[in-house]
Amino acid sequence: MKRIVSVPVALLLALLAGRAEAAYPADPLGSPMWTADARSIFGDDPVRFDPRVKVDFPPIAENQRAFPVAIDARAIPGVKRMVLFADLNPIPVAIDYRPDHAAAYIATRIKLDQRTPIRGAVQLADGQWLVSGGWIDAAGGGCSAPPVSRVKGDWAQHLGEIRGEAWPLAGGQTRLRLSFRHPMDTGLVANIATYHLETLRVTDADGRLLGEMEIWASVAEDPAITLMLAASGGDRLTIEARDTNGRDYRAQVDVTKQSPMPSP
Amino acid sequence: MIVSRRAILAGLAAMPAVARATTSYAIDPVAVGDGVWMVHGADAPIEAANGGAIANITIIDTLAGTVLCDCGPSVRYAQALKSVAEKLTGKRVVRVYVTHLHPDHGLGTAAFDPAIVAALPGAIDALRAQGQGFADAMYRILGDWMRGTDVVLPGRALVSEREDFGGRQLRLLALSGHSRSDLALLDEKTGLLVAGDLVFHNRAPSTPTADLSQWRISLDRLKAQPHGSLISGHGPLDSGGTAAIAQTRDWIDWLEGALTQAVREGLDMVEAGKIAIPIRFASMAAARYEVQRSVSHFYPAIEAQLLPRIDVPGS
Repeated sequence: MKRIVSVPVALLLALLAGRAEAAYPADPLGSPMWTADARSIFGDDPVRFDPRVKVDFPPIAENQRAFPVAIDARAIPGVKRMVLFADLNPIPVAIDYRPDHAAAYIATRIKLDQRTPIRGAVQLADGQWLVSGGWIDAAGGGCSAPPVSRVKGDWAQHLGEIRGEAWPLAGGQTRLRLSFRHPMDTGLVANIATYHLETLRVTDADGRLLGEMEIWASVAEDPAITLMLAASGGDRLTIEARDTNGRDYRAQVDVTKQSPMPSP
Repeated sequence: MIVSRRAILAGLAAMPAVARATTSYAIDPVAVGDGVWMVHGADAPIEAANGGAIANITIIDTLAGTVLCDCGPSVRYAQALKSVAEKLTGKRVVRVYVTHLHPDHGLGTAAFDPAIVAALPGAIDALRAQGQGFADAMYRILGDWMRGTDVVLPGRALVSEREDFGGRQLRLLALSGHSRSDLALLDEKTGLLVAGDLVFHNRAPSTPTADLSQWRISLDRLKAQPHGSLISGHGPLDSGGTAAIAQTRDWIDWLEGALTQAVREGLDMVEAGKIAIPIRFASMAAARYEVQRSVSHFYPAIEAQLLPRIDVPGS
């Protein structure tokens, strides 16, 4: 009797679920959070998996507080937006980047709270999202352990320090590497409120916006970011950032005047 | 119905046997000198397939009893090692040296009376601070291999320069660089040098707690110390005694230079983990694995040193 009742209920649930999730293709990584994350990041936009979005990271998470990830979608023309996220992190999205006058490339380091898929999603002008990624195994605690500078207690002395360098690449591009001192508090550690860099933009000497991004606390402490921007040797780049306390950060770097390096 | 139940029962009956088979360590000592045996660990990362038994262990037969240099990753390993070693020499284990804090070398201490387990004071301090964290990580990777393993600190802090076991003298060399406190031992009877993880041989050096300039100083001291053959922390016996020291030095010099160059060229950490490894290191096991780990250990500090400050004053 019980079974006879439950079959139509299960069918009904399946139909309802099927209709609600029809917008998203089945996840090749089999992640339990795929649909939930897709709904919050992609909404009603069309989504498909595309291996041309290269999500590159080491096969081992040696340090779950700072795990390097690069998204390279330069093989796809017309990328307007790039989102880096880890499904099973308590703060899934790390960076939401708009490469306005820049190549579809970003590299950074993120925290890992457990074994999780790591994904790159890029959006084209027509609104569709192309997604790729893979699983990384990790010990727990990357998001819920206090930052090293909080433990040492010297974070405030170094806040605002920005390091960086910019190298010309072939084809009128420049590789910019940035590293900020910032605790990037997740809010998941007892008695330490959320506090992180939340916006960053890079402009050239004419004030042209080359790229801008939103940043979440799942980016590693002392954020390091690598971009490829439309700029050449001798150009001056201005970097402006703001954190969740409203503190402004500003840096300037001149692109090295050297013969262009081969693009890695 | 009946068939499937039988299949399930058969499966259940088979399970304990399978579990036992996957968690029994094969310990195979090879004679490398008069009264000295080496147990060669797997030249691989710590993984479930090897139960974490990747470090080399040395067994020395003395008139006073059996001496062990390092005792492996788990209490089960150490119990098996103790039984194999005592059968080999016919004498009880009277001393267990733990060369440094890393869990593949010394997490098996619980198999012995702490009074006979000895380490340098710095290694004991490091084990007190970090041992539990290492043990947690080992349980996570190795699961059942670790069952029953607890961090038990060595009961004897080594401050003397040698220990005498019924006339067999062991010189104790207090060094550092692979970790903040690394013990090497010289068996004066045979001239055999037990170098711990200060020396790797045909297996890439690991660097999670390394200080490379201290490491170089220690390698110079080992090189200058007259000795015969050498048992490295990982990799095969170096019967000539000089090749493994030179290879370890070559690797850490190359590694530091290559990572520095990677930062200078603007590579990100993902890219730095893929730098070309020179062909002369082709014989080294786990080379790519250790390069990627080392990038994680050293890269942020090299960036902080080499990338110039670009923040605009007053902003």
